[in-house]
Amino acid sequence: MIRPNSLPRLMHAASDRPLTLALHEAAFASSTSVTSLLDELEASGLTGRGGAGFPTALKARLIREQRGHNKFMVVNAMEGEPASHKDQTLLSANPHLVLDGAEYLASMIGANNIAVCVARDNPSVVNHVGRAIHERTRRSLRGPKLELHTPPWRYVAGEESALVHWLDDNESLPQYRPNRPHILKIGHGPALVDNAETCANVGLIGRYGAQWYRSLGTAATPGSTLVSVTGAVDHPTVVEVELGTPLRSILATAGADLDPQAVLLGGYGGSWLGASHLDVAYDNESLKPVGVSTGAGVIVVLPRSACGIVETQRIVHWMANESARQCGPCAFGLPALAEDLSHIAHQSRDPKAAHVRLVERCAVIEGRGACRHPDGVIRLVRSALEVFTDDFSNHVRGSFCNGTRATRHFATVPSLEREEELVWE
Amino acid sequence: MGVRRRSGSFVLRVNPILCDGFGHCAELAPELVQTDEWGYPILRSEPVPLTDAGAYESARYAERGCPRQALHIHRISEKKPH
Repeated sequence: MIRPNSLPRLMHAASDRPLTLALHEAAFASSTSVTSLLDELEASGLTGRGGAGFPTALKARLIREQRGHNKFMVVNAMEGEPASHKDQTLLSANPHLVLDGAEYLASMIGANNIAVCVARDNPSVVNHVGRAIHERTRRSLRGPKLELHTPPWRYVAGEESALVHWLDDNESLPQYRPNRPHILKIGHGPALVDNAETCANVGLIGRYGAQWYRSLGTAATPGSTLVSVTGAVDHPTVVEVELGTPLRSILATAGADLDPQAVLLGGYGGSWLGASHLDVAYDNESLKPVGVSTGAGVIVVLPRSACGIVETQRIVHWMANESARQCGPCAFGLPALAEDLSHIAHQSRDPKAAHVRLVERCAVIEGRGACRHPDGVIRLVRSALEVFTDDFSNHVRGSFCNGTRATRHFATVPSLEREEELVWE
Repeated sequence: MGVRRRSGSFVLRVNPILCDGFGHCAELAPELVQTDEWGYPILRSEPVPLTDAGAYESARYAERGCPRQALHIHRISEKKPH
């Protein structure tokens, strides 16, 4: 049993190879028995770790109330964010904890299928998960059917409607959902989609109960979370922290630059946070007044030597290429934003007009896609406009910027693929 | 035109996946639809009362005139006062 106030929880007993089922059950031996899982989950106050931060119990209850005898529990380990490594770290250390959580959730909603989705571009994680599933089915064939699915790795393929679309119809494209909440369906069966880290947390709650779970973290945001720290760090790492830890001490734990220019929180659809806010506590409740959120647990550290506009431009350019090109405002708007940003960053072709256009286009594009992909990019651009105000005015005036000439970039983006080479099926 | 309800309101909504930017809606319902620089519709987001017959009629024209059938009128019914 893990002691109530101690870390690590999710990464408990982690070594360089995944825990086998027998070792997993020894490491996470539970003494308490949880009677009503859903009530316990509600009492724990767990929120989703995939980005939106929606209460997991509410979502599970919504699917539980649906009719249908072929419900699906979908574990989302797609990890579309290039800067995020938490799900693959978790699945390569404790795959059975995630599967435990998925089985608990499946029993809560009455699902008889569990689909674990891992991007096919990550063969080692696919292997680990495949082996864990094999171990479970060899031990017992009772319970919901476990299946491993390997959709292509795209940024929007991890979006829940795109993932369900892939499971339903082999196309990783987001769906149009005008009325929220929308019940996603595979065939006729309602599907509950939860991030892999959320499932692992449910696994802990199912074993030890809500009271144990709430012994870490704040009252509004209990528990611990995995954070991927990249950028100006010695080594890109995934650390497990208690929610409510000051941001500066997370950076210190990860061995990051402690005097950065800014940090990118949440992911590539997240927001920049200026260096003056580094003492804020890392949980959604404290981050909300500053206008950011923990998102998918990504922290990209930007040192003072770098140029924030160039970094933002590179991210937006890549995000524009990752658009599914289903909706006009996203397919045409995001490349236009990237182009405006590159005019400002490289001070070419009237950066002043590009700056004005950029602000206008943000207002035009916002909220007009089927999914939240364009909104995330706009959040990033707006936060850049706010945090790097001085840099923007310098660039527009045409003064020299040191960071523009730098060869090293801190927000890593995968190499751009041509549109016809993008795989969606 | 069928029964026209006096109470409640409507908004015109577009399915952005179906929409290909033909721009018919902006011509058929100029009071509800503007187009952006790429020709895709920007719809008025605040509800229009159903008593505004002209706007409702042009919304119906836009809905039926869309070559991709991407538009639909979403009715918002008011709760009846007791």
